[in-house]
Amino acid sequence: MLRRASMLLACRPILAARARPFSTDLPAAPSADATFTEAWTKVIPNMDPPKTPLSFMQPRPPTPSSIPSKLTVNFVLPYASELATKEVDMVIVPATTGQMGVLPGHVATIAELKPGVLSVHEGSEMTKYFISSGFVFIHANSFADIIAVEAVPLDRLDVNLVQKGLAEFTSKLSSATTDLEKAEAQIGIDVHSALNSALTG
Amino acid sequence: MTSNAAVPFWRAAGMTYITYSNICANLVRNCLKEPYKTEALSREKVHFSISKWTDGKPEKPTIRSDSPEE
Repeated sequence: MLRRASMLLACRPILAARARPFSTDLPAAPSADATFTEAWTKVIPNMDPPKTPLSFMQPRPPTPSSIPSKLTVNFVLPYASELATKEVDMVIVPATTGQMGVLPGHVATIAELKPGVLSVHEGSEMTKYFISSGFVFIHANSFADIIAVEAVPLDRLDVNLVQKGLAEFTSKLSSATTDLEKAEAQIGIDVHSALNSALTG
Repeated sequence: MTSNAAVPFWRAAGMTYITYSNICANLVRNCLKEPYKTEALSREKVHFSISKWTDGKPEKPTIRSDSPEE
């Protein structure tokens, strides 16, 4: 019984792979597990099949054939979700390779973020957050998932604390001995100078 | 993709990404203005307490947070 189910599962991806030209153009994901329900009803026809995790998840929106006009952004933090499927015109994320502008129709990308400013542009308004670090996943269907550990609006930052921190870490770097201390001091300098330029720039 | 030589400086010094990310987050939290700062610091305390067991009994636990591996 279980062997039949695993054989059916093995056949499915091969057919799907022949139909898909690029791995980024994934079709809309199914919302119910057809193979599982078939295998279940063959063995236990009297009971309803239990729900699988797939049916609790929202199906992935399909990649539209023409570029959509808005980018859908999910911006989450470990303790809160800042933006949930919000439709915006553009976001500028502070990737390690530089400030990256994301428009609808952006190529699918995974980028690591460095401490810096994230700006969300919607119509004529722009909201800025300072992000400590995180990742951004841009999908082919113009959905962007931004995950950050800590993100604060710029008006919650105290300029004096930032400059004090910068001076403190610069002196720590010159007095550091081990590699680890040097790395920590360097991280301190990077974060505080990014904070400084965010507040003054 | 990238060669082994192009590692970030913190990885070369033996730090993991999670440690780096937590240090960055703590630094940002320390630069917040007052009412936000106290809420943020109380939100993100991370400790775990480790106790070694000998003869079926736990010894006195030690509290560790973010210390580098020995």
